[in-house]
Amino acid sequence: MYQKILLATDGSEHSKRAAENAVNIAKCSQGSKLEVVYVVDADRAKSDVLTHWNSVDVNDSRKDQVSEVERIAKEAGVTYELKVLRGEPGPVIVKYANENEFDIVIIGSRGLNGLQEFVLGSVSHKVAKLANCPVLIVK
Amino acid sequence: MNTSTYRDSWFGNVKGDILSGLVVALALIPEAIAFSIIAGVDPMVGLYASFTIAVTISFVGGRPGMISAATGAMALLFIELVAEHGLQYLLAASILTGIIQVIFGLFKLARYTKFIPRSVMVGFVNALAILIFTSQLEHFVDESWIMYVLVGVTLALIYLFPYVTNAVPSTLVAIVFVTIVTISMNFDIRAVGDMGAISQTLPIFLIPDIPLSFETLVIIFPYSIALAIVGLLESLLTASIVDDSTETTSDKNIESRGQGIANVITGFFGGMAGCAMIGQSIINIKSGGRGRLSTFVAGIFLMFLIVVVGDIVVQIPMAALAGVMIMVAISTFDWNSIRTIHLVPRTDAAVMVITVITVVLTHNLAIGVFAGIILSSIFFVSKISRVRVVEEIKAGKVLYSLHGELFFASVTELLDQFDYDADVEEVEINLGRSHIWDDSAVVAVEKIVSKFRSTGKKVIVTGLNEDSTELVGKLANKLGSH
Repeated sequence: MYQKILLATDGSEHSKRAAENAVNIAKCSQGSKLEVVYVVDADRAKSDVLTHWNSVDVNDSRKDQVSEVERIAKEAGVTYELKVLRGEPGPVIVKYANENEFDIVIIGSRGLNGLQEFVLGSVSHKVAKLANCPVLIVK
Repeated sequence: MNTSTYRDSWFGNVKGDILSGLVVALALIPEAIAFSIIAGVDPMVGLYASFTIAVTISFVGGRPGMISAATGAMALLFIELVAEHGLQYLLAASILTGIIQVIFGLFKLARYTKFIPRSVMVGFVNALAILIFTSQLEHFVDESWIMYVLVGVTLALIYLFPYVTNAVPSTLVAIVFVTIVTISMNFDIRAVGDMGAISQTLPIFLIPDIPLSFETLVIIFPYSIALAIVGLLESLLTASIVDDSTETTSDKNIESRGQGIANVITGFFGGMAGCAMIGQSIINIKSGGRGRLSTFVAGIFLMFLIVVVGDIVVQIPMAALAGVMIMVAISTFDWNSIRTIHLVPRTDAAVMVITVITVVLTHNLAIGVFAGIILSSIFFVSKISRVRVVEEIKAGKVLYSLHGELFFASVTELLDQFDYDADVEEVEINLGRSHIWDDSAVVAVEKIVSKFRSTGKKVIVTGLNEDSTELVGKLANKLGSH
């Protein structure tokens, strides 16, 4: 029943589990397509640029971060596509999901940065509140 | 990735740029004042610097949307110069710093920043954060418990106010609140006015009042070199971060030149040399700033505020500024590097820690960076200097296969890895999986060969690759007598 599936990931443990669920849901219906998005905001850009200072392209390293997701999807034979989006994670995911009329959004319950979550509220909550489609938050 | 025209880089995002520029100006004021106090000069030196640098760089910079002004990294380098020689030498050093940076830009040296290892960059950022933090400790000396409470309140507001709204920068809310509380409760604690005067006038052009002699140059040159390097390092790092978070590219050489021009102009207008600011640039991007206009508006609005409300600014308690600086330190620090310190190679972690320790001990980020670069070069050399020798014996013949790089650091141990007295007639040394890099390596191979020959064995060297053959040929004539 879910054809267009959006998986939001940041390479964390939680988002890996979200990926497994996303792939399982994609397998349920024929012709479904999984889109994997990785959102870069200015704070993440700082840590990513520092972490990958000597690598040729930061985006290559980002793809490495979601390689686990790719592996899971490939093994299950699910069609998937990878996208890097810019901006504040919550609003960007909501906007992307609503504009492209996804059938379901799947997201890990907690990201990498505990302090940020404490201060600004969690991304998954924002997405659950504002997306127009069902949202699966994976614990 | 897209490259936009110069006109676009000014007027491609007018509304977003003006709004974010205003936000940044508000956030810049406390930092400019605090950095001046770190350097040991009047708040006006940092405020004028932030104004002239931001406005100049908006025209000549290579990275639209990046915020440059007076910074902590640069202020820390000025401490000693100001203490020993005074403000005029700071201005002269700023101008010389700018000239060095312009030269750096003209010679297109920005690409060499890729030679700075990741762990040194992380160490640089972490050391900067630690120094900003420790520079605030002196404000707590001889103060009552009220100081601690007010710093706590400032920090709480900075981190918790975004819960309520993101429309106003929370640092500004915290400063206004703590200032009002201090004035209305008549707390007896130090304020900005106690650290130096604020004049509500625009900066004017003046030539630093120093003797134009060789001696002056000897005094300021070491500072200017360090300032130029640190300024460019932070600027190019910030530019990469802005590039990445806006998915655009920027010209790092033009940015280097632009930083130089901005610092020269700043020195002539009574400001201290500065550079790009990671924190402020992130604030700008998050507030919607993308173009040159955002940096320009930030500079102009900052000056406007000082002229209009300067007499209120002097009443800001140091507790509020110290709170803001502690926040700056926390957000500058790369916490990710602590979380992953057990995952990265041990040598990388060591380089990072040594960089930090060197900076904290010397108060000089440039020295820390050099220490880090040298240490990681040594680690690198020692890592690749391990040469493996595989020995195979068959029918009176021994075959040695060398795996690894042969150069000055790797050959000393190599000689001991052969059994010169082995009971064989023929020795083959295969270099198919190694590379001869320098004359030390050529000499070493020759030495091994001659050692075997002296015990009456027949020796052949095989598998030399093209580069190595060429080098051996070139050196054979000159070193043949060894």
